Amino acid sequence: MIEGILIGLTTAITPFNLMMVVAGCLIGTLIGMLPGLGPMSIIAIMIPVAIGIGDPTSALILLSGVYYGAIFGGSTSSILLNAPGVAGTVATAFDGYPLARKGQAGKALTIAAIASFAGGTIGAVLLMIFAPALSTVALLFHSAEYFALMVVGLSAIAAFAGTGQVAKALMMTILGLMLGTVGEGALSNTPRFTFGMMELQSGFSFITLAMAMFALPEALFLVMNPNRAATGDGGKISGLRISRAEARSIAPVIGRQSIQGFFIGVLPGAGATIASFLGYAVERNIAKGAEQEEFGKGSLKGIAAPESANNAACTGSFVPLLTLGIPGSGTTAILLGALLALNVTPGPRLMVDEPGVFWTVIISMYLGNLVLLVLNLPLIPYIAKILTIPRTFLIPFILFFTLMGSYLGQNNSTELFILVGFGVIATFLRFADYPLAPLLIGFILGVMLENNFARAMQLYRGFDFVLERPMTLGLLVLAVLLVVLPSFRSYRARKRAEGVADGD
Amino acid sequence: MTLDRWIALAFITLCCIYGYAAFFTMDDQLPPILRRNPVWPSTFPKILTVLGLIAGFVILFGSKRAAGDAKKDGAIDLTRLGNYHVGQALALIALMVAYAFTLRPFGFVGATISFLLIGSLVLGERRFHIMIPVAAIAAVSIWYLVQEVLGIFLRPWPAMFM
Repeated sequence: MIEGILIGLTTAITPFNLMMVVAGCLIGTLIGMLPGLGPMSIIAIMIPVAIGIGDPTSALILLSGVYYGAIFGGSTSSILLNAPGVAGTVATAFDGYPLARKGQAGKALTIAAIASFAGGTIGAVLLMIFAPALSTVALLFHSAEYFALMVVGLSAIAAFAGTGQVAKALMMTILGLMLGTVGEGALSNTPRFTFGMMELQSGFSFITLAMAMFALPEALFLVMNPNRAATGDGGKISGLRISRAEARSIAPVIGRQSIQGFFIGVLPGAGATIASFLGYAVERNIAKGAEQEEFGKGSLKGIAAPESANNAACTGSFVPLLTLGIPGSGTTAILLGALLALNVTPGPRLMVDEPGVFWTVIISMYLGNLVLLVLNLPLIPYIAKILTIPRTFLIPFILFFTLMGSYLGQNNSTELFILVGFGVIATFLRFADYPLAPLLIGFILGVMLENNFARAMQLYRGFDFVLERPMTLGLLVLAVLLVVLPSFRSYRARKRAEGVADGD
Repeated sequence: MTLDRWIALAFITLCCIYGYAAFFTMDDQLPPILRRNPVWPSTFPKILTVLGLIAGFVILFGSKRAAGDAKKDGAIDLTRLGNYHVGQALALIALMVAYAFTLRPFGFVGATISFLLIGSLVLGERRFHIMIPVAAIAAVSIWYLVQEVLGIFLRPWPAMFM
């Protein structure tokens, strides 16, 4: 591990890579503050730039910086305008916005910055400790286990989708898998499901799908519902200091939620959003008396808990990404696509084949969090002013960058029509409260899933691999349980609710 | 029937089309040598078809949404669609399609300036002395970044002017 850390340090602290960290954090923060654009959208937009760099290490450092910056940027808009830039910072608005309305926006932003820094840093430490261990275990996996593990990952996405959302998440996952089968596959050079259209010969573009699923619907929602991004006075920031008593009060909260958030982030499908809400709920429940009453009205703990949890979860989601090649969240799913585009194959061999990439990314996480803290605190008053841009200018630019992200990847106008079409479909899906992250994850994992499935079938001449390899069977059983148990709990909860209603 | 069930029904229809292609058209083109494999290119799609139909029917015929599932803050209420700027959204969608059509004939800079200007107009902006410079600076800046910095060809103007 020490050798790896040294490798990471020598690479991460080169002038160019340091510039990438700073640039990524700044870009992520600025764009992340814009209501409607989350880290998935921002990273998707930045992928063409990252690919243009050429060096996978530098590209990933840039994207990681954008990732952390976007999370913090979303927190800023959550606090100042009650308009979360990302889903993972919705919980921050519960207490951040009320505190800002009390005239303590500076304090709220400061606590958010400190909690984010602590959560991200603790997460990086845990990542450094657990990633190699997971990698060692992962070497025991073969194609059959990889197939089963990916099934578990996709099932976990459905399991954590929320009460009553399991079926919808599963449907979206399957839709993503279907989209992944379009075009020429690894099994055969015969194009599948193209229906004679040459434009589909290569399948759907990952970037186009990412843009259509996240950036475009958000922008359209902003257009239709102006209140979603209410304007406000974002220029007046004061009171950045926090007292010693306040620091002692939030320190245990940050410690607890950083650890909890990290392990939630490690679970495929459970991302920053779930971690932040869970962190908020836990701290609210264990608070006593007046402290509990303060939640929802400007509690400092209510800001620190989700902020540390979501940043730690973001770091935790890198564990399955880097060591197993399985995205732990929607954002890491996009990062996975970027890595593949840069000819880097994440997985247990990453540490062995390309240790520079692996350890440099980890070290850059420390640097990224430090950069965020050092740069953003003094820049907060000025960063907030970007939120004063009228929506009549802001929204066209969001749409423009969405279109460019797709066009630059393919240099084909047809891709734009596909983008708009998928974007409209995604908007309807969001109207009906269908989760879209499972669709993208299914799309990305689909190719790998099918390849491992086919390889296992060929090796064992059929489905015998399920019974002949105990780990595979165990993982598949776990996958079934992950889908069935939440559904059963949801069903039982509804029955109980109906029973109570009848009783009333 | 609620929107989510309509979508489930549409998904079932998609699965039927997808499944028809997988079950009845794909294997005909398979070379004889590949038919000896335990897995064919259509195997995975067939599995997905079955799973998709199951998921779709679960949603289509599943229990109704609980009364406690309130709308999220800031979400669109479909029962009051008239209260939202649907027309503006549709206009912007049409504008994006037009942008795709004009990107090559007008060139990147021309098409982008037009897109940003018309987009702001659709949303109600009328300050041309701000709109035009902002759009022009943005279009030229992005073109320079993409073509000159990243090395990706992006024709700035119509071919007749180059």
